[in-house]
Amino acid sequence: MQSAASFLPSRAPGAAAEIQSVEPLLRIRDVSKKFGSLEVLKSINVDVSPGELVFLIGPSGSGKSTLLRCCNRLEEATSGSIRFDGSEVLDPKLDVNALRRRIGMVFQSFNLYPHMTALSNVTLALRKVLGKSGPESKTIAMAALERVGLAHKASAYPAELSGGQQQRVAIARGLALEPKMMLFDEPTSALDPELVGSVLATMRSMREAGMTMLVVSHEMRFAREAADRVVFMEGGVVVEQGPPAQIFGPDAQPRTRAFVSNEDR
Amino acid sequence: MNHFIDTFFNAQQILATWPAILKGVVVTLEIAALVVVTGITAGIGLAVLRWLFGRWIKWPLLVFVDVARAVPPLVLVLLAYFGLPSLGVDISGFAVIWLVLSAVLTAFVEEIVWAGLISVKKGQREAARSTGLTEVQALLYVVLPQALRLAVPPLTNRTIAITKNTALGTVIGVPEIINQATTAVSFSGNATPLMMGAFAYLVLFIPIIGFGRWVEGRFAWRRH
Repeated sequence: MQSAASFLPSRAPGAAAEIQSVEPLLRIRDVSKKFGSLEVLKSINVDVSPGELVFLIGPSGSGKSTLLRCCNRLEEATSGSIRFDGSEVLDPKLDVNALRRRIGMVFQSFNLYPHMTALSNVTLALRKVLGKSGPESKTIAMAALERVGLAHKASAYPAELSGGQQQRVAIARGLALEPKMMLFDEPTSALDPELVGSVLATMRSMREAGMTMLVVSHEMRFAREAADRVVFMEGGVVVEQGPPAQIFGPDAQPRTRAFVSNEDR
Repeated sequence: MNHFIDTFFNAQQILATWPAILKGVVVTLEIAALVVVTGITAGIGLAVLRWLFGRWIKWPLLVFVDVARAVPPLVLVLLAYFGLPSLGVDISGFAVIWLVLSAVLTAFVEEIVWAGLISVKKGQREAARSTGLTEVQALLYVVLPQALRLAVPPLTNRTIAITKNTALGTVIGVPEIINQATTAVSFSGNATPLMMGAFAYLVLFIPIIGFGRWVEGRFAWRRH
């Protein structure tokens, strides 16, 4: 535990203990998901506290992306409970659009709108979802683009941006709505290696600003140094979860160790 | 050679017939404009409804679309013009040609726009929905604009093909270009009015084809 704390320079001593006592922002309990007869999630339990950066790792097909997508209802969980910020996500009567205003999402393939400039990509939801005026949404969007270091690319179309820049615009699109939490679905997997760093740097600065993040990723080094907690999934179950020092340490469960050492190579 | 020119490009005939052909051009333009506006609007509307309420309207929609695309427009024109009055619907030839061609264009446009909608990557809709946009907003602001860009070339082709079918008005007495031309041919026994009709179509459609090219260029956006 002590060694983990040394990777977290932004946290005051004792912060970890304080986090334990705080009501989790996201509380996943007994969540299962079936595609027909295929059970892709089996009774998952994961908590994410405010300000935490939690990594979901595991081999492909382990269900980590599906779990992430259940959190904002892009997928429907079959059973269980997901509490987020005081509301039950899985409640069929829940206003999903209101929920999604409070949870941002970043995708593996960026999914920027190709027919709009970077600025318009960010302002669309500000205008149409939050009902902000044109000038106001532009101010907010420029601030969000500034945070990801791309204010100077506001009038560029996605095709004119590198993959890393596109992904940072996508992050700004989520940030602009001031969500309480951001979900990342393999945010760097589609990027050339030399572009990964800029996206990770953006995520690191978000973490320092206190954003709560749940991240599906294969960036083991980043998980090791930046995550508060790492959840290792395989075959639709959580095999093990804990601080990076535990998951990447010698006392991790054999299956976890095998996966982590393979990925780290 | 003289005989050829006399049959197809007779100067007297041109002078005598051009006012009638011009009237025909006006009627053709009116029908074409109405058909294009009605057909494209209704076609996009149906594709949007299919996207939003696919489960409920898919089968009746597909029956309409497939019938309208499979049956020759001439058959539909004759059926409507001679059939509807016996059902107590009093309808002019002009209205028949407008409604039938609009229905056919609607069917094609629906299929073209639908193909565009489903070829927009699924992640576009997901990204839009994940920011809190409703299904309708995600469709109107994100998916449909991209689908329409993909659809412009086939839409232009189909619109031109259907609009040329205004010539079918001639079989039910609508005084469009071909009707005027064939009437003049039967009075004069000379083919010149038909050549004038063909020329009128060229003058009408070449700008439309040019407009289609311009739209394609304008709506393309830079790709990787």
